[in-house]
Amino acid sequence: MYSSNEIIETINMISQQHLDVRTITLGISLFDCITDSKQRTCDKIYDKIMSKAGNLVKIGNDISSELGIPIVNKRISVTPISLISSASKGHLEIIRTLDKIADETGIDFLGGYSALVHKAMTPYEREFLLSIPEALSTTNKICSSINVATSKAGINMDAVALMGKIVKDCAYLTKDKDSIACAKLVVFANAVEDNPFMAGAFLGAGEDDTVVNVGVSGPGVVKTALEKCNGDLTDVAECIKQTAFKITRVGQLVAKEASKRLNASCGIVDLSLAPTPVIGDSVAHILEEIGLESVGAHGTTACLAMLNDAVKKGGIMACSNVGGLSGAFIPVSEDAGMIKATQIGALSFDKLEAMTAVCSVGLDMIAIPGDTTADVISGIIADEIAIGVVNTKTTAVRVIPVYGKKAGDTAEFGGLLGTAPIMNINTYSPSKFISRGGRIPAPLHSNKN
Amino acid sequence: MKAIVSVIGKDKKGIIAKVSTALYEMNINIEDISQTIMQDYFTMIMAVDTSECPLKFDAIVDKLKELGEKTHLEIHIQLQSIFDSMHKIDTDKKGL
Repeated sequence: MYSSNEIIETINMISQQHLDVRTITLGISLFDCITDSKQRTCDKIYDKIMSKAGNLVKIGNDISSELGIPIVNKRISVTPISLISSASKGHLEIIRTLDKIADETGIDFLGGYSALVHKAMTPYEREFLLSIPEALSTTNKICSSINVATSKAGINMDAVALMGKIVKDCAYLTKDKDSIACAKLVVFANAVEDNPFMAGAFLGAGEDDTVVNVGVSGPGVVKTALEKCNGDLTDVAECIKQTAFKITRVGQLVAKEASKRLNASCGIVDLSLAPTPVIGDSVAHILEEIGLESVGAHGTTACLAMLNDAVKKGGIMACSNVGGLSGAFIPVSEDAGMIKATQIGALSFDKLEAMTAVCSVGLDMIAIPGDTTADVISGIIADEIAIGVVNTKTTAVRVIPVYGKKAGDTAEFGGLLGTAPIMNINTYSPSKFISRGGRIPAPLHSNKN
Repeated sequence: MKAIVSVIGKDKKGIIAKVSTALYEMNINIEDISQTIMQDYFTMIMAVDTSECPLKFDAIVDKLKELGEKTHLEIHIQLQSIFDSMHKIDTDKKGL
């Protein structure tokens, strides 16, 4: 039997501190759907995903009810579509099929309209990348991610240059919805193959046929635990570790149960602390609880580095396989504390870039002025990707140049995507650098063999 | 399935009677009960076995929630495995 304190602690974590399982993401390999016919490829994709994920939402809801914990999203990730469609050139037909699947299964997001172009782009991959604005502006639940660099290959600057233009096109095509297509597009360095989180989820080539990956959440739980911690920073780190352990154990339990019921292999638990715009579910507020007047103050990077490390240390013991992005997320629009810090001028774009060097994942859900040029966006991408490549970690860029809006305005995305105050950015031109193209070679320390 | 029923609310007469009657009517066996007063709130924890209950788990959740609303108590039922996971390191049992 448990003590009343243990039971009440768990119940309070769920009912008052927003502990939830952010997502059960079912990864489905589509390699066996490749044909040279657009129609047959689409038919095979439809049949396979519907047979594997037809019950995903129901199973997620059942587990949620039995354990008494919200499972906020049920998602699907698939093999990067550029690999599946290259034989038939049927990417635009596949996007319609995926959109239909997303509606019929009732899932929240489907990720994998993706390409891996970290070393170079084939002519077909270039064509695929150019289809992203249409794909994301004509669907609601499909997400796209592009890997433009790895620590081993260096940075494909041709892809970086192209992605600046693509982000602008996505913004324009959804100009009546605050350029929301950009919120479903992420540019990666060192993309991981087992990520359950959107917009960057896809199922890598080295994965099983069907895999359950689970993303936990729980910034509110960590903040509440820290409210009672009056010790020094070693005590703070210990408190975060112990809390992360408990949060992650729930993720592990859900991952095991979901994989059993879905007849899929149990992949990984992603230890990321994922915030939501709800008050009391903020990573920024954890940093402030540690002792910052506002996130963005000098000291923020150090606090975040400690938080990220302690979350991993607590989580690693709690589950069999850790994967995905696993760290603290700092999306601006999805975190009440980040939104406020931006509004009062405490948090700048450049500070966010520094913060991404010590946490997952990158410049995430940041709204920037709509008149930002494609080259400046490519410059933003290049800087962030370089941080990932040199530090041998995953970094990503998900910025939204909100069409028709300027710094100080606000963009509304709704739901988990939240609200974003539009940030001021440096507008000096990197055009000559971006237009050189080519590849930035891999850093010296990546040559480890 | 082994589950934990937790009842939290202002102390008053008949709480145990009402909750245990509801469980009896659903053919749920009570295996252990503990109760305490925490921060002025009555807290009762029951370890139960639902294996002979004809209802699906979400229906049990709804019935107890309904009873909680009627009696102004917070009543939860959750599978024991979530508490095992969070509070015990050595109890990695198969299934839920």
